Amino acid sequence: MANDVLIFAEYKDGQIKRSSCEAIREGANAAQRLGGNAIALLLGSGAQAAAPATGEYGAQTALVAGDAKLDTFALEALSKVASAAIEKTQPALVLFPATTLGKELAPHVCAARGLGMATDCTGLAVEGGVVQATRPVYAGKAFVTVKFNTSPAVATLRPNVFPAGEPESGKAASVETLEVALEDTDARCTVTNLEAAGDAKQDLTEANRIVSGGRGLKGPEHFEMLEKLADELGAVVGASRAVVDAGWRPHAEQVGQTGKTVSPSLYFACAISGAIQHLAGMRSSKCIVAINKDPDAPIFKVADYGIVGDVFEVVPALTEALQNSS
Amino acid sequence: MKIVVCIKQVPDTETKVKIAADGKSLDPAGVDYVLNPYDEYAVEEAIKLKEANGSEVTILCLGTEAATKAIRTGLAMGADNAVLLKDENAAGRDWLSVAKTLAEELKALQPDLIFFGKQAMDDDSAAVGTAVAQILGLPSVANITSFALEGATATVQREVEGGIETLTATLPAIFTAHKGLNEPRYPSLKGIMSAKKKPVEEKAAAVCENGTEVVSMALPPERPPGKVIGEGVEAVEKLIDLLKNEAKVL
Ligand SMILES: Cc1cc2nc3c(=O)[nH]c(=O)nc-3n(C[C@H](O)[C@H](O)[C@H](O)COP(=O)(O)OP(=O)(O)OC[C@H]3O[C@@H](n4cnc5c(N)ncnc54)[C@H](O)[C@@H]3O)c2cc1C
Ligand SMILES: Nc1ncnc2c1ncn2[C@@H]1O[C@H](COP(=O)(O)O)[C@@H](O)[C@H]1O
Repeated sequence: MANDVLIFAEYKDGQIKRSSCEAIREGANAAQRLGGNAIALLLGSGAQAAAPATGEYGAQTALVAGDAKLDTFALEALSKVASAAIEKTQPALVLFPATTLGKELAPHVCAARGLGMATDCTGLAVEGGVVQATRPVYAGKAFVTVKFNTSPAVATLRPNVFPAGEPESGKAASVETLEVALEDTDARCTVTNLEAAGDAKQDLTEANRIVSGGRGLKGPEHFEMLEKLADELGAVVGASRAVVDAGWRPHAEQVGQTGKTVSPSLYFACAISGAIQHLAGMRSSKCIVAINKDPDAPIFKVADYGIVGDVFEVVPALTEALQNSS
Repeated sequence: MKIVVCIKQVPDTETKVKIAADGKSLDPAGVDYVLNPYDEYAVEEAIKLKEANGSEVTILCLGTEAATKAIRTGLAMGADNAVLLKDENAAGRDWLSVAKTLAEELKALQPDLIFFGKQAMDDDSAAVGTAVAQILGLPSVANITSFALEGATATVQREVEGGIETLTATLPAIFTAHKGLNEPRYPSLKGIMSAKKKPVEEKAAAVCENGTEVVSMALPPERPPGKVIGEGVEAVEKLIDLLKNEAKVL
């Protein structure tokens, strides 16, 4: 219906992914304001099993397309089905999590349907049935609010920004199937291999706590010290570009303008100077801790709690103190 | 083989954003403009192929006359020629409008391979490359960090949440470049000199509708001024206390 919200949801091992839970919840909130329903869309052979749980985050209905062709993440096939789902449900708003897949799928679907789309949104407003989205530009140095010239409005939602809320256990979405005929030509680019990152490490953009290290760590071997602190905090390790460019850490760990934008509740910047490009990627963190031996380092201008000192002394002491206090 | 690289000119990453009087755009005063950093990876990859197999590399850019600066950077790196789709109001276009216009031109250019940057560091939409692929009906992979070509088959990799994906695609195809794909070269003096003589075809950009319109622009909420809580290991206990009891994040 013209006031429903369609939410593309990803799942893994039968579980709805965190960023999709957030999108479903935000979609359900928007649907309420629009006077419509929240409809989750799940694709692939595991969709049927994962679908009912979208109800726990506020979806009334879940549309599933279970074709195994969709399991290889073939973009064109996914796009064709997502487009058919829009056709079928005629929603007022379509949401995707701003994950690698969501951010690739959304523009593909929108180009096919001639729809405007706002990437990586951090805010959604519904007033008088009209949707507006707020999103970062210039790597978060500014935010724009956009309106949509086309309908439905389409947005990808930045992970870790919209609260998923507590799952309402026992609330299941009613599952409907979506039949879309897929040709082999719809799967021209398929994933031929997926090399899993070490013990299913959490992605930085979804991490709630991050411990990042900079050039002041002097060598890749010293990141073990940060990993110990991260383990103690249940955090994920990040890095400055200087460290990544030196080859000490993989690109996936870079935080900043040419790396990842993160907004964890706790961010540690260890021996990072705080260049404008680094700040662009982490300044929206809720609490920033900086450890740097230079009292004039720009990182101290944004740090909620700064410690002027040597990382090689402060970090181990902190790790030990946390061990003792838990 | 014919390769096209789509590039955009964007504010330098050092830029401190000030909002213009209209309340919805960047105040361009004092802003230095550069070739979009992700597009450098795209240009570099094309030039590496040119060096390996003698491809022709064309730069395609939609922008104002001033965008010639970024185009010259690409030419100085080693691209052969360029097309500038001129629009004095380029900054007012959203990704959909840009994609439709670029797709139109690419239809005429008929390349075997098209590279984009993964994202333009002004609007950060990360959408144009994939959208153009859809419009042209070409296979595409976004965010690639490695690229290998054998005959007409490209094998690429990219980082996704939880791992590294390998994908294959048959040319003609579109790829958007991520950091890690290569190390973009600095243009040599010789490159800079010869870039001045390379052909840049200018034509008026077709007008295409926007899908979204900016209503307002705002600066991010100010962070409270930073606070140094102490020096060295002595400050550790205090930090833990503050994280637990003041910030309540532990
Ligand atoms: C186009 C472009 C894009 C960029 N994108 C990014 C990006 O995405 N992310 C990013 O991070 N950067 C980015 N940069 C680079 C950025 O400008 C900085 O060069 C980089 O962030 C510096 O990294 P750093 O802080 O680790 O190193 P440095 O600036 O060298 O700082 C090291 C810090 O460690 C401190 N230190 C040294 N020893 C110790 C010790 N024993 N104990 C405590 N402190 C110590 C020093 O006081 C210093 O402050 C980009 C640059 C450009 C031009
Ligand atoms: N005006 C433009 N002219 C040429 N290419 C562009 C233009 N805008 C964006 N692109 C390309 O599309 C990529 C993604 O841009 P965007 O979707 O705006 O983040 C950029 O890295 C460029 O390769």
